[in-house]
Amino acid sequence: MPINYYIFLSIALFCIGIVGVLTRRNAIIIFMCIELMLNAVNLLFVAFSKMHHLKMATVNASAGTEGQLFVFFIMVVAAAEVSVGLAIIVMMYRNIHSVDVNFLNRLKH
Amino acid sequence: MNITQILFWLLSVMALFGAMMVITSKNPVFSVLWLILTFFAISGHYILLNAQFLAIVNIIVYAGAIMVLFLFVIMLMNLNKSVEPKSNRWVKFAGAVSGGCLLLVLVAALRNTEVKGQVAQVNQGDIGLIKNLGNELFTTYVVPFEISSILFLSAMVGAVVIGKKE
Amino acid sequence: MKNVLELAYLVPLFPLLGFLVNGLGRKSLSKSLIGIIGSGSILASFIVSIWIFIQVKNGNTHTAEYFNFISVGDLRIPFAFQIDQLSCIFLLIITGVGFLIHVYSTSYMHDEKSEHFARYFAYLNLFIFSMLLLVMGANFVIMFIGWEGVGLCSYLLIGFWFKKTEYNKAANKAFVMNRIGDLAFLIAIFWLIQRLGTVSYSEVFLTENLRHLTQSDITGITLLLFIGATGKSAQIPLYTWLPDAMAGPTPVSALIHAATMVTAGIYMIARSNILYSNSPLVLNIISIIGLATALLAATIALKQNDIKKVLAYSTVSQLGYMFLALGTGSYVAAVFHVMTHAFFKALLFLGSGSVIHAMGGEQDIRKMGGLKKYMKITNITFLIGCIAIAGIPGFSGFFSKDEILAGAFGKSPVFYIIGLFTALLTAFYMFRLYATTFNGKFRGTHDQEHHLHESPMAITGPLIILAILSIIGGYIGIPEYMAHGAHALRDFLSPVFAGSYTVLGPNELSHDKEWMLTGISTVLILITVVYAWNRFTKKPELGEATGFGKVLANKWYVDELYDKVIVTPLNKFAGFLDSVIERRLIDGVVNGVGRLVNYSSRQLRLLQSGQVGSYVLLMVLGMLVVFVLQFFLRK
Repeated sequence: MPINYYIFLSIALFCIGIVGVLTRRNAIIIFMCIELMLNAVNLLFVAFSKMHHLKMATVNASAGTEGQLFVFFIMVVAAAEVSVGLAIIVMMYRNIHSVDVNFLNRLKH
Repeated sequence: MNITQILFWLLSVMALFGAMMVITSKNPVFSVLWLILTFFAISGHYILLNAQFLAIVNIIVYAGAIMVLFLFVIMLMNLNKSVEPKSNRWVKFAGAVSGGCLLLVLVAALRNTEVKGQVAQVNQGDIGLIKNLGNELFTTYVVPFEISSILFLSAMVGAVVIGKKE
Repeated sequence: MKNVLELAYLVPLFPLLGFLVNGLGRKSLSKSLIGIIGSGSILASFIVSIWIFIQVKNGNTHTAEYFNFISVGDLRIPFAFQIDQLSCIFLLIITGVGFLIHVYSTSYMHDEKSEHFARYFAYLNLFIFSMLLLVMGANFVIMFIGWEGVGLCSYLLIGFWFKKTEYNKAANKAFVMNRIGDLAFLIAIFWLIQRLGTVSYSEVFLTENLRHLTQSDITGITLLLFIGATGKSAQIPLYTWLPDAMAGPTPVSALIHAATMVTAGIYMIARSNILYSNSPLVLNIISIIGLATALLAATIALKQNDIKKVLAYSTVSQLGYMFLALGTGSYVAAVFHVMTHAFFKALLFLGSGSVIHAMGGEQDIRKMGGLKKYMKITNITFLIGCIAIAGIPGFSGFFSKDEILAGAFGKSPVFYIIGLFTALLTAFYMFRLYATTFNGKFRGTHDQEHHLHESPMAITGPLIILAILSIIGGYIGIPEYMAHGAHALRDFLSPVFAGSYTVLGPNELSHDKEWMLTGISTVLILITVVYAWNRFTKKPELGEATGFGKVLANKWYVDELYDKVIVTPLNKFAGFLDSVIERRLIDGVVNGVGRLVNYSSRQLRLLQSGQVGSYVLLMVLGMLVVFVLQFFLRK
């Protein structure tokens, strides 16, 4: 599969995620779009790792593993981030009884 | 068009469609469900690229744990279509336009990169197998592995502290 | 071997130190100490000037360069003093007469509080310093520094009693009119720099350099310099400040407006004589203006009743004579008249100060009379001054005035006739002044009569010295036709004017003609003197002037003319500028900018909405821009 296809797919998913972050006002949906962006990047990493493996297999048998291991760590971090983020959202809900991000405008002052 | 290519296109369409539905669904529960579909599609891509370990981990961790967590929180807050805050038209328009522009710019930028013409190896390749990955993980990258456990610890503590009732 | 004249810097240094000490210590020094410092510094300068004079007489002239004043590109203007015959004569006059006037001031101003007393002496010392810079400078720029400095000190001293508004107005008038002249002077300096790239006398006056200037250049430069001189030396049209400047204390009038500052213009033209000799048109203009001024001022003086105003117009008139001399090429005569005029005019002013002091501040001569009984020394010295200024043979004024008139005749008999007529007017009004003041019966109040007394030694001493100088001062300039080779001044100054004499050619009259002219003028002057003496002793002019006399008493209404034509329109224009342009335009723009900034900041503040969503949007847009720049515009 030419690597370009994977690049374009990943970019498309990433941009869809960005549109989602900009457009939606529900904090949880925004969070989910962030996960979508992360996944797009993961896909690209794996594709690149296979590309490198193909190129370098003659030189080094385990040439592309870094890409996939990095995806592994991204998932680790995403999981941690989701747990903390959702805790914050729950706290926010407890205080203002809504998950609308437009209520969080204290930065104005 | 061999089977691999058909599968590739099919999975891609599924992923993109799912993503679009995520951002346009009014009901947040539906957004979650569409996102799970998207994850499945991406895992399909992983399997196509013979990254078996990641495919499984993607499903287990993302679609399984994280999305379920989201669902719990949504249920907790009893969000549905009627309570959903509405963005005004201009914000949606601006968001769509800027996202679209970004897409175009990135595509145009990366169209002619040096990696053009190279191929991602599908269906074959040993590196996606769990044995090889594990080998690398526990030898070269063992330190980040251990530190990630500390990361989890801190995340757990953080989540508990933040979520505590006064 | 350094030339010993390098020490010439001491001459201006002493007055500068005196200014600093008296100025800074004015609140703490005692009056006697102030007086000693003020006068002592000038005395020190005088002694050094005498030493310089002896050096120069022995042939040692020198240009002492001290440091680089301005050094820009090709232009180099050093801070240098030129000690030669011309400058050392002026040095002697300035420091000598200055010292006498300082001593006089210690007594005249002793009624002032010590702080103002010190201020007075500080200003006076500063004035002497500036005047010394003016005459000692080796280039036009140093001269200009002194030129400005004396203008400033003149302003400060005229408005010395600053609590009276009319004195301040007079000071303003003096300064502004000076400034108009200064502008012309500056343009001339710029012109010189542009054409020759230098302003040093030694370089500008070299014949090779002069060839670089076209005739129109020389005419323009000399004309502009002369306009500067009309401002400083009170010629037509910039003379009206001098009579008003009598608002200052009398010693100030004596020093600045009689003996020294007003002669700066003459010094400048004498210094630049080679330039002027090459420009016959401007020389003509100078003669005509000088003559016209002399005549005009003399006519006005006929009907003035303030003792100082008479002397002021007399000064303007005598300055006109000096310019006439310059214009006819008799440079030595002009310098000679500067010297003798310094002696007798300072004498006359100081004498009038003594009279005013005795009269308790009264300056109207119609209220005086018969003072010779009460003030013997003042009477005699004043009389000597009057005789000198009238040009009666044997006294100093005769020699210098005679030389000027002879030179005028050489240029054109018309000049001589008008000059002679003015000399007669001079004799007439001076003796009108003397007779009205000192002869006859006393016409003042009883209190004033009781107060009348001779002035103390500090006042009469300088009067006596100046009177002696007014008599013997003329004998250094005995003309050719009386005694061969006895014109010591001409011989002394010949190196300075040598270039001019070659250009202009000789201006000699035959000896017989000179005797005839001298005889005619002497006889006419004596007749006038006797007539004026008799008429005004018997019947002094007490009433207001009428008819043509009224025009003269009102100074030919020149001040009113200036006011109507120049001052009032300018004030209106300034008012217009203030209310319309200043208020609406400039303030509007400045305030408008402020308002604009305010408005835009208010609008910009809305950007800080606090909405995280908008921040992310901006972030994405920023990313977009960065990508575009990175990938597409980095070729």
